[in-house]
Amino acid sequence: MSIPDGLLYTRTHEWIRKDATEWTIGITDHAQTELGDVVYVELPEAGAMLDKDAVFGTVESVKAVSDLYAPIAGKVLEANLSLSDNTAAVNQDPYGSGWMIRIEPHDIESSPTFLSAAEYAEYLKESDH
Amino acid sequence: MKEEPLIFEKSVPGRTGATIPTCDVPEQPIRDLLPGVQLREALPLPELSELDVVRHYTRLSHRNYAIDLGFYPLGSCTMKYNPKAHEAIARLPGLTRLHPMQDVAQVQGALALIYAVEGALAEIAGLEAATIQPAAGAHGELLSMMMIRAHYQSHGMERTVVLIPDSAHGTNPASAARCGFTVRSLPTDSRGLTDMQALKAGLSEQTAALMLTNPNTLGLFESEVLEICRLVHEAGGLVYCDGANMNAIVGKARPGDMGFDVMHFNLHKTFSTPHGGGGPGCGAIAVGKTLAPYLPMPRVTRLSTGSYDWIRVGDHSVGRIHTFYGAFLVAVRAYAYLRTLGFEGLREVAETAVLNANYVRARLASHYHIPYPERCMHEVVLSTSKQRSKNGVKALDISKRLMDYGFHPPTNYFPLIVPEAMMIEPTETESKETLDAFCDAMIAIAEEAETDPELVKNAPHSTVVGRLDETAAVKQLDVRWRNVGDTVPTDS
Repeated sequence: MSIPDGLLYTRTHEWIRKDATEWTIGITDHAQTELGDVVYVELPEAGAMLDKDAVFGTVESVKAVSDLYAPIAGKVLEANLSLSDNTAAVNQDPYGSGWMIRIEPHDIESSPTFLSAAEYAEYLKESDH
Repeated sequence: MKEEPLIFEKSVPGRTGATIPTCDVPEQPIRDLLPGVQLREALPLPELSELDVVRHYTRLSHRNYAIDLGFYPLGSCTMKYNPKAHEAIARLPGLTRLHPMQDVAQVQGALALIYAVEGALAEIAGLEAATIQPAAGAHGELLSMMMIRAHYQSHGMERTVVLIPDSAHGTNPASAARCGFTVRSLPTDSRGLTDMQALKAGLSEQTAALMLTNPNTLGLFESEVLEICRLVHEAGGLVYCDGANMNAIVGKARPGDMGFDVMHFNLHKTFSTPHGGGGPGCGAIAVGKTLAPYLPMPRVTRLSTGSYDWIRVGDHSVGRIHTFYGAFLVAVRAYAYLRTLGFEGLREVAETAVLNANYVRARLASHYHIPYPERCMHEVVLSTSKQRSKNGVKALDISKRLMDYGFHPPTNYFPLIVPEAMMIEPTETESKETLDAFCDAMIAIAEEAETDPELVKNAPHSTVVGRLDETAAVKQLDVRWRNVGDTVPTDS
């Protein structure tokens, strides 16, 4: 199970890469393993405004449909449109070419505390029955 | 068994299955009879003898799995055996040859039957009235939410939020959203029941309804259902019962007595209509006093003279939701079932369904993880998480391996809140011998997962095709045969 250092994680299995003014968001290796082969990804359009914890998209696999949750409020700068043709990227390269959206975060001061790689690994261990 | 080619691939030019007699009327050119746009020069139909065709389809039919062939423990689907006598009754010419436009004087028996079935369903539900119009369970859900919306609209009230536990069938939030409601999910607590604190916190003057499945999809009875309904009513909302699991409580407990305002039945699950083949089905609903004015039209009524008639107009009715009056012959089977069993028999259905599920639970408990190990109702949810973390064997692998043992796999990966879920619903119609054979297979597979995990991961080994590329099946679905080089007719 890959959990790269340097990224932040949510309890709903998204990862966040923080750059100077923008955040890149995707789903974790654990999430894609649980989902199985992804067949469809629905993402917001560039310019869409997201509320914190709002559903910003859905991932459909052969097994289930899952919502994607915005870890922070912000404006969508870009969605990864290549996923519409190449959903396999979510399974094969969840932290790279399988990224989902880039956002310009708003209200960073009130942003919740995310999990570090080590904390996320611990969280997965605890929630594994 | 070997691969069966497509019927097109078996075609031999010039071969036919029938000899058409010589034409004994003057022939006319087809172009004089039909517009040219509807004519094609070549019609690429397969050319085969009658025997070729019979063998082709008979061979394919042998690859079906059906309740008539074996155990079918598909959880949440109630794949029970439906008596053949009810099929014979539903095929009586006096019932099948009715026309829905016939004068009511000529169809009094059919109207009486609908009236009796709706009356019995209302009684089983513990509610005021019922309709057999909805075509399926999700249609019954949709109708229920339409009626709830109509109720608030006619009272000039704005209530927009529908609460739904996270263990619910996905059709619940879909039906609510389709009616314009905002859906809020409620968590399940450590007992596998609706989280009461989250329910209390979620209720407000915005609450339109709670959609609750009882027993829920974990196969557990919502033991606090009285308090749940009280709380929702206190907040001014209504409570809908998803009756998908009615087989567990039919004749034993009535949703109306629990406080529900509306519920749906799947007549094709609980009341003796074979299903799984795409219909027709019936998602009858029953309603209490609050929602009765919004029932769809037309409705059957019994006049003071003792004869039956249609009521076609209702001031508050949500309108018609099915052509004519729904799937009448499904109601016929339900009537046959109700009359055969009576209320005593119905109770025994529920009791045996619950007993059978608990027998399976008890036999498998030491071999598989049971996340909510309390006594269950009509179905039991296992998790294969033990097998997965130890040997990498998933629920899907165990299901595929069950096919080698001759069983239809249980439902996989539902409810969503249980990792590696297998949902087993044996139903009341199975013998102890069948249940034992299934449990023996499950235990043998748990053993194989330890000693030879690859055997399980690569199953099935006995079927014509093994693991299919499910992603390609979704992404590149192509169900149309086309001869190479054929011109493609444009769709108009």
